[in-house]
Amino acid sequence: MSDFSLPADQAGRREQLSVLFTEAVPHNHALGLRLEAVGASDATVVMPYADVLVGNPETGVVAGGAVTTLIDATSGTAVLAALGTFTAIVTLDLRIDYLRPARPGLALTAHAECYKVTRLIAFVRALVHQGDPAMPVASAQGTFMRVED
Amino acid sequence: MSTPSLPLAELVRVVRKSREYHRLTDAIPYTRFMGIGVENLAGEMLCRMRYTPHLIGNSILPALHGGALGALLESTAIFELLLQTDTDRVPKVISSTVDFLRSGKAQDTFARAFITRQGRRVANVRVEAWQDDRTRPIASSHALFLLSEP
Repeated sequence: MSDFSLPADQAGRREQLSVLFTEAVPHNHALGLRLEAVGASDATVVMPYADVLVGNPETGVVAGGAVTTLIDATSGTAVLAALGTFTAIVTLDLRIDYLRPARPGLALTAHAECYKVTRLIAFVRALVHQGDPAMPVASAQGTFMRVED
Repeated sequence: MSTPSLPLAELVRVVRKSREYHRLTDAIPYTRFMGIGVENLAGEMLCRMRYTPHLIGNSILPALHGGALGALLESTAIFELLLQTDTDRVPKVISSTVDFLRSGKAQDTFARAFITRQGRRVANVRVEAWQDDRTRPIASSHALFLLSEP
């Protein structure tokens, strides 16, 4: 896959990455993930509440695995934003702290910031909330690697 | 989505005895959606995530989504705790760290969990996932779970 540069403006970045975000990534599409915003080195993604995401049928709480996917997808997009090109990247590791139970019936929003990139490696922090970023549901840190052709 | 016929705690107790693991995984919408099931192979309890195209994260390679592998690892740890210990609640994940070791191919993936420590409140669990060769895992994790709440 050849790299191509992302536009400098935020609307253009969001538009270009949105298409790739779901069309090139079937699992993002399957979970209903929606790319809301892309900045210079950050991304915001929403995962609407859905019955198929429920991990505990008695409480209706979303499965941790779905939260992992949301964080991974948002973090990866933040890395692409920071690199400024659409290039192949892989997740090396991801650490997630579950800070409070997610409330059933509400969408989850992830915001990820790529705070450092080297030639090969990118470092990301992410927070997941349900409307109030000051009351996060989960906090995460991940490491990504650029895959060279 | 069908509602489970039994309260989950009761269903877990029934399945521990009957070993009809699909009754438990069928009762959880997300594991059903992900195609994750529990299998007893030669006396060992494994999880299998059946390949479906909606698990793909990179269509070009193609490779499984890292989040899907994370979901398999976490589900495997939860089923291990539910079926091999006597906890009567679904364990809640406190924190988890996943290492992605190799890209996951478009095929079934297996995982096995090991409880490294089980306290009264908290359990530490290590999980490995593989495809063709068990000695070459594609992802591994260690996670903390809350077993009960005051």
